Amino acid sequence: MSGLKREGDHVHRLEALRGATPQQPHDARAIAALAANPGCTRRALMDGAGIDKDAAARHLGFPAPFGQSPFAITRGNVFEALVKADGCAELLRMLRELLGLPVAEVSYHDVENVGAHLRHAHTRALIDRAASEGRDAGTLYDHPLLSMEIAGHTAYLEPDVVAFQLGGRFHIVEIKSFAVIDGQADPSAVAAAARQAAVYVLALRTLLEELGHDPAKVSHDVVLVCPENFANRPVATLVDVRRQLAVLRRQLTRMTTLDRLLEGLPDDLSFDLRPDDDGRPTRPVAELADALHRTTARYAPDCLSACDLCFFCRDEARQEGASDLLGRQVRDELGGVASVAEALGLADGTRDPAEGQEEIARLLRNAERLRRECLT
Amino acid sequence: MSLLTSLARLRALDEGIAQPVATVRHCHLSDRPMVFIPLKLSGESAAPLAAMLGTDRDRPRLLVVTQPRNRDLRFAWAAELAGVLLPYVESFLNDTETVERRNADPYERALDAPQIVVPNLTGVAFTRLLGRSTRFRRSDGPYPVPEAVPLLGRWLTYLGERAAYPGSSLVLAATEELGRHWASGQSSLEDANLAALLGWITTGPGDEAEDPLIWPPAGPATDPGFDAEVLAPAIESGSAERITEALRTQVEPTWRLMWQAVDLLAALPAGPSVTQRWEQDRGSFSGMAVHLAEGAPPQPRRDGAVTAAAKLARMERAQAAYDVQRAYDDPLVMAEYRLTGEAFAGEVAETVPDHTEGEGRSRKLRPLVVIKTDDPVRLPPGTSLGTPQRRGQGAELVEAGEGLVTVKITKGMGRGKVAAPGAVPEVGERVCYTSLTDDFQGSPALPEAEATPWTHGGPPHDYVPDDEDAQEEWS
Repeated sequence: MSGLKREGDHVHRLEALRGATPQQPHDARAIAALAANPGCTRRALMDGAGIDKDAAARHLGFPAPFGQSPFAITRGNVFEALVKADGCAELLRMLRELLGLPVAEVSYHDVENVGAHLRHAHTRALIDRAASEGRDAGTLYDHPLLSMEIAGHTAYLEPDVVAFQLGGRFHIVEIKSFAVIDGQADPSAVAAAARQAAVYVLALRTLLEELGHDPAKVSHDVVLVCPENFANRPVATLVDVRRQLAVLRRQLTRMTTLDRLLEGLPDDLSFDLRPDDDGRPTRPVAELADALHRTTARYAPDCLSACDLCFFCRDEARQEGASDLLGRQVRDELGGVASVAEALGLADGTRDPAEGQEEIARLLRNAERLRRECLT
Repeated sequence: MSLLTSLARLRALDEGIAQPVATVRHCHLSDRPMVFIPLKLSGESAAPLAAMLGTDRDRPRLLVVTQPRNRDLRFAWAAELAGVLLPYVESFLNDTETVERRNADPYERALDAPQIVVPNLTGVAFTRLLGRSTRFRRSDGPYPVPEAVPLLGRWLTYLGERAAYPGSSLVLAATEELGRHWASGQSSLEDANLAALLGWITTGPGDEAEDPLIWPPAGPATDPGFDAEVLAPAIESGSAERITEALRTQVEPTWRLMWQAVDLLAALPAGPSVTQRWEQDRGSFSGMAVHLAEGAPPQPRRDGAVTAAAKLARMERAQAAYDVQRAYDDPLVMAEYRLTGEAFAGEVAETVPDHTEGEGRSRKLRPLVVIKTDDPVRLPPGTSLGTPQRRGQGAELVEAGEGLVTVKITKGMGRGKVAAPGAVPEVGERVCYTSLTDDFQGSPALPEAEATPWTHGGPPHDYVPDDEDAQEEWS
């Protein structure tokens, strides 16, 4: 009973945080980014409540620095359409070569054919059937809809394709439009794709487990489909995402559960944007900023490529003179001295080291002495 | 990044202006650098959109692909680019010097070499990709391209690869070079923005550096907002003039920043080893020119195992040499090693210039020097030492403790019974000794390419250019 009640409170509290703002669903990219900075309470709360961070950042006057070029979007769509054309004919050709899918036995299910509201249930049923029949049937599921519990909140995920292979193993297929040139692709793009695919693998494994099947039926090798060289011709590569899976799993469990975060919050705290009939936020900016400042963020420069709120949090870090601004490397080097003033005070000798800071203080003083000596 | 640089970043953040992390310039700077700002079409790997380039800051050339999706126009653009870059590169080939070599024939080395300055590392990567997408083309056959295009591809490939060679100055990325000499008060991630980094170095930080309307990105990627609101409608309109003018607004601000970066670097005095590294660049450049003149095929898509291993070994040696040379050239770089105990500096407290070791015929002069230092010395007795003050000299650590270090000079003090004048530092002189030495490292013994073992794929096939390569789609 008490468990149920707490659960109710929790949902209620999240709804209060969101207020009249419509809920923003998670996608795999957001989950992968969430796992990148699991210690950020502000982000966990906003994502948990389903607040549109992009809209919030705009309203606060700190619009996110990323947009996607229409050319890139077009190119991505054209490429995906090419790969999936004629019931994924091109994709099948590649999978046959890569995974040894038998030619005759491949069937194709477009899950999107059912209504959107049924897609998740339909995906579940299809996967359940495929996993229990266990026949040597190669099947492609296009537009499946998976779900995942993130911080007590269900997120729906759309992998590009799920392939079911001979021998009873599912493979996630991820279609990306960055090029593989002479067998090499941009490492950061591949890493991002692998992190995203790991989210799908985890979601599918969870689904199988819920259905009473062996989660290991989902392969940790995902199929990455990219254009080859400078042309539009796709090429498929297997990418092992075991490492990304381990990181994701560890960080998701480690992620402070929302329950605990919610407990410490003031009762009147709300991230409501109070959208008007046209969806335009009407909440006074200062009030919203104040609400956000009452939650703790963990800013790092990496946020600049991952989180919509990055400029807001960076501004906050500047106001506070936090050494986080300079990046994790500097922060690590400083051995936990959090503020710029504190570090410089230790270096100048105008501040006495607190307990445990003796070593870093000695190093900083030495570094300061050397810089002075060399620059004068 | 070291604690010294971290401290400089903290100081920069506190004072609102970048702090020096070098006292001399560690890259060569040409009298006639070619500034090259390429732009690419978003979402494509190597589809050129435009480039602004030139050696004269008052007369930049703007080359534009007026219909970015048109393959023929792309090659016409590459030909235009070749028309600017190749004459520049080739202008350095005429004046040469003859270099004698031990155990090998003398060779001709160019007296000067080209220098391409791009805004950032992504600019270098794009240059390499541009080389990759053009070097296999042919001027005959089913899809002929202008003759200069494949040659341009081979030079761009060479330059792009050379850019990864530690200490090379044939290609400079402005943000990298600035970052090697100044520490800003922002993260290294943000330093990749040329406008922001220059802001920190010159006037202090400002938000406008990140506003694409004031400072468009320095390429090769364009601002998504510009793509959506300006470029897409311009392409739609089909007006070459409109597209050209739109793109001009995106590169012109960067053009000014690039020359500002060049001026900032030029204002620093060059480190003593810069000439030596540039000499290697000139040699490498001449080697490439000979290679081309002999009609060698374009660089392969991938290196064979032996070539790759040899290249890697060369780069590792270059990196080690570059690190040592920078420390010897620059007390501020040496300070990083002093901080970690691999070097120490101080005043000479006492000397024994006529100290000897051994008896009779094996009696050797080993002058002793005692240095008073505040640095934490973490070197065991017997460590070989070098000193920036007397580069040819070798020394050995005798003992260290209580702020006093005794070293004995073992090499480079003359062959006489007494040390050559000036070889032993005087009492009161400031000296620095370090365990870093630029000792010659032999290259690893690698088999000939034809003898590549099966574990490494066996002997690589000779690259034979085929029609497929020449016709490769560029879409």
